[in-house]
Amino acid sequence: MNIQKPPSKPTKVKAETRNFNFFYGDFHALRNINLKLGENQVTALIGPSGCGKSTLLRSFNRMHDLYAGNRYEGELILHPDDTNLVDPRVDPIEVRMRLSMVFQKPNPFPKSIYDNVIYGQRVRGVKKRSILDDKVEEALTSAALWDEVKHRLNDMAFALSGGQQQRLCIARALATDPEVLLLDEPTSALDPIATASIEELINELKKKVTILIVTHNMQQAARVSDYTAYMYLGELVEFGVTDEIFIKPKDRRTEDYITGRFG
Amino acid sequence: MSLSAEEVATIRANIARRKTRDLIFSGIGILCLAIALLTIAALFADMIITGWDRFRPGFFTDFPSRRAAQAGILSAWVGSVLVMIVTAVVAVPLGVATGIWLEEYAPKHWVTDVIEININNLAGVPSIIYGLLALGLFVYTFGLGQSVQTAGLTLALLILPVVIVATREAIRSIPQMIREAAYGLGATKWQTVKDHIVPYSLPGILTGVIIGLSRAIGETAPIITIGALTFIAFLPPSPITDAAPFISVEWLKAPFTVMPIQIFNWTSRPDAAFHQNAAAAGAILVAMTVTMNAVAIWLRYRLRKNIKW
Repeated sequence: MNIQKPPSKPTKVKAETRNFNFFYGDFHALRNINLKLGENQVTALIGPSGCGKSTLLRSFNRMHDLYAGNRYEGELILHPDDTNLVDPRVDPIEVRMRLSMVFQKPNPFPKSIYDNVIYGQRVRGVKKRSILDDKVEEALTSAALWDEVKHRLNDMAFALSGGQQQRLCIARALATDPEVLLLDEPTSALDPIATASIEELINELKKKVTILIVTHNMQQAARVSDYTAYMYLGELVEFGVTDEIFIKPKDRRTEDYITGRFG
Repeated sequence: MSLSAEEVATIRANIARRKTRDLIFSGIGILCLAIALLTIAALFADMIITGWDRFRPGFFTDFPSRRAAQAGILSAWVGSVLVMIVTAVVAVPLGVATGIWLEEYAPKHWVTDVIEININNLAGVPSIIYGLLALGLFVYTFGLGQSVQTAGLTLALLILPVVIVATREAIRSIPQMIREAAYGLGATKWQTVKDHIVPYSLPGILTGVIIGLSRAIGETAPIITIGALTFIAFLPPSPITDAAPFISVEWLKAPFTVMPIQIFNWTSRPDAAFHQNAAAAGAILVAMTVTMNAVAIWLRYRLRKNIKW
């Protein structure tokens, strides 16, 4: 295995995996992953279907805990307090309150736009209308959706277009002030125009939050990320500055994938 | 390549031949549908025609009588309504909570598998068995008497599997990504259940509840088993009283009769005049069931309008 230390652009590490393994029952889905996420940077996970990129992303907010038979091994550390997110003693609810996730398909609740954005605050017990109102405006503004929906916050979320729904889901994830934003192929269900607007948004958002994005689209990884990790068969094959990965990959498998020889 | 006129004609003949079979099957289907619908329509029409003379306002406000023309269904429909209230109050919370627990909380292993198989089997147990169980348990062991409460509890047991199964089906139709979205924002299990699972499955749950109740309202066997009276010329005590605390539950302990029992009683009289009463009451019972189903359909439509995935 050839794991690159992220060179250049020295930045604080926000989260990292140390010898991280994951099992779906007996299936060893992730093998010894060592990865560092730079603070306020975008890290992209790329690789062919089934390589474990989504599995790794979902480990970051303990989504696997919802299903029986899954097991984490090793460490997944969140800095600066060095909490091991996959430690069984750490409540998955705490993890999900600190890292939020946006899913492959837009999945707004069948509720109003307002209620969607505010749900993360509501589960925390925030009830004061003025605080909630501010949060909604702030999150929708960050997700570049405020101007389009400010006059119809009480409309049902499914009245929005697919791209707007996904930005609503991003707003919903941002409204809890997460330390890390996890994006699981956020544009795979969207048309090219909506995709472009989400990519633009990602460039804006990294000023505020550390981002980890899974994408099946290599051009997208090249466009939006600072660092790229190439995964294959549950292993992290190569990890480094995005430009270097795409221009001169060090591992043969990375090169084959990037140049379209398979995948 | 291009086809000659002859070849085109062959293709068209071939299509026409194959489409004939479409027509034949469609004809058979319509015939079967007509047989089913006409049978039901004939039965219903026969009841209405036979009972026509009995449809008068007094039919609803009179007690049963020895004279067929003056006998009414007051005690029967009031009894049915009261029993249904007890049934719903008991079966809905129990059934819905059980369904939610089985879907959202229960660990998936052999114990829950066994429970699941048993619930599905319970839905197929003949209703008279529930009557026997209730007679032993509610009447003799708990001493609840041959009363409204016993009947309500018995029918609640009877429809419990229907409510549980409907609840589980409704919950299962909620996409997993909605749960993940809620948990992903840091919601606890209970928050996910009360804010999402219950509201989104409500249309399905309500439909199941009403279909269960419309089955219960027509049940005769278990009610006879626990000893409903066939001739009741008084109403249970009113739930609202003049003196504090103004609410009384004495009606729960009252002897009672229900619509199907009244119909059964009238049908078994030798005097044909009572058969007219039975037909009229039967038509009314059918109308009650149809109304409940219509309400179920309407509610489902109304509530589902706001739920899309």
